[in-house]
Amino acid sequence: MKQEELKARLEEIKDKLIAIEQPRDNRIYLLCEAEDAYAVDKFLFEEMNLRFVITTGIDSDDCFEVLYHFANDETGTFVTTRAFIRDHENPSIESITPFIAGAEWIERETHDILGIDFKNHPNLRRLILSDDWPEGVYPLRKACVLSKAKELEKELENEKDTE
Amino acid sequence: MKKILNKPVLAVGPFHPLQEEAEFFQLTLDGEIVTDIDMRISYNHRGIEAISETLQFDQVPFLVSRVCGICSASHPLAYVNAVEEIAGVTPPERAQYVRVIINELERIHSHLLWFGLAGHFIGYDTVFMWTWKYREPVLDILEEITGNRNNYGNVCVGGCREDIPNEMLPKIRQKLDELEKKVEMLVKVVLDDPVIHARLKGVGILTKEAARQYAVAGPTARGSGITIDVRRDDPYAAYADLDWNVITQEEGDVFAKAVVRLLEVLESVKIIRQALDKLPDGPIAIEIKEIPPGQGCGHAEAPRGETFHYVRSDGGNRPVRHKIRAPSFNNVPSFRASCIGQHIADVTITLAAVDPCYSCTERLAVVDSHNNVTHDYETLLKLSREKTAMIKRQVL
Repeated sequence: MKQEELKARLEEIKDKLIAIEQPRDNRIYLLCEAEDAYAVDKFLFEEMNLRFVITTGIDSDDCFEVLYHFANDETGTFVTTRAFIRDHENPSIESITPFIAGAEWIERETHDILGIDFKNHPNLRRLILSDDWPEGVYPLRKACVLSKAKELEKELENEKDTE
Repeated sequence: MKKILNKPVLAVGPFHPLQEEAEFFQLTLDGEIVTDIDMRISYNHRGIEAISETLQFDQVPFLVSRVCGICSASHPLAYVNAVEEIAGVTPPERAQYVRVIINELERIHSHLLWFGLAGHFIGYDTVFMWTWKYREPVLDILEEITGNRNNYGNVCVGGCREDIPNEMLPKIRQKLDELEKKVEMLVKVVLDDPVIHARLKGVGILTKEAARQYAVAGPTARGSGITIDVRRDDPYAAYADLDWNVITQEEGDVFAKAVVRLLEVLESVKIIRQALDKLPDGPIAIEIKEIPPGQGCGHAEAPRGETFHYVRSDGGNRPVRHKIRAPSFNNVPSFRASCIGQHIADVTITLAAVDPCYSCTERLAVVDSHNNVTHDYETLLKLSREKTAMIKRQVL
């Protein structure tokens, strides 16, 4: 698919997107709400035949972001869906594993480290964390990192005091 | 093992001294045919993505070169591609060529390593000994350039750390000439062998559609007829100025993947020769003062496939998010498509064909409820070798 055709096809899903960003000619970011991500990804994978690369989960300040990276190898272009999950307490998003088998592991991983619930995932078991890791502690969440740092700080202070 | 199970389960893993990471496979069997496969990974999770967020941009390449011992040139390269995209800088030309040379040397030694181990697993220890002998001079060159056989730590944001001295170029050319002859011999002799054909052809087939579904990368995809190669599709470093072929095979079986890898070694030799001829003079790095806010997707073609790095910057001196995807993360789950329906004696080599898993069979226990037999790694390897010996007798 040539670059012009790619852009023309992306117009078809424009009503589901908040915005299209293009910092470079071959890097396209599609911004959308979490509810629309499933339809956008399905369109990219099944209608436009883009190659699925991976998913990135990010804990931003007031929301979670899930980035779905797709590649159009003919032009070396990355089309990335940037889905915003506004609910910071109980983040959830529709799983894309039912139509992309290769997304199974990365969704399990993202669930492990960020606690994002992938709805309708066929097998959302632990992948990355060990079996004895406590439930409900998500290591890549900002709050988790901060609370851990505070704990360590306290421990260090206590050690100093005892010395 | 007196307990009778409904379905016999073959456990493969999780510990394996040959492999960079431990993996655990559970194969459900019907007789000797695999009917289902379940995998567990992450016995060695080191939290590299989280550590990366605590390091400065120019420290991260040393961290990510430790993601994988074999791909220790591709990971930092994919990372600097992403960061240079955010910063909007292009490294000096000589650095681009040095990056190409290091990466192609890495590909040669990785493919030869795989081919030797694949030979070992089907009972061809001569192949193992020979290919590893041919691989050694490549590691010597890498050591001479970067100081290390692996974990080169040679790329930095904005260029390279160590230059290839011009006096070294004739020596590299000479070693390449020697290597090329040996690899050509391997391609001819080994792949014309009727026993290897009988052993590898039609085994562990990954169809083109399954390859797309599992989003596999590298030789695993190219062996299934998917023509993707980051070096050609989204050229980084100096690949846009060089001329070579992307090797693909249509069959999708273990044989196809072996052919792809062996022929790729010859293409890599071609690439390095051109890069040595064109290697321009000049500086090997530029100084980058700060990384602006933004996000970048960097990828590089590692020996096992596309290595993908996503980096986000908020304008500070550390990445706020750094996502790493190694090619095996996508290649390993494709066993679900390629192993089911296989004979157990073929599983060893099917797992091996993807490359991270030449070997997940070092420690394994087979529970076969029909016969109350327990197998371990030794007996499974024996099964694989006996099959080769049997075919040899039939052919000769």
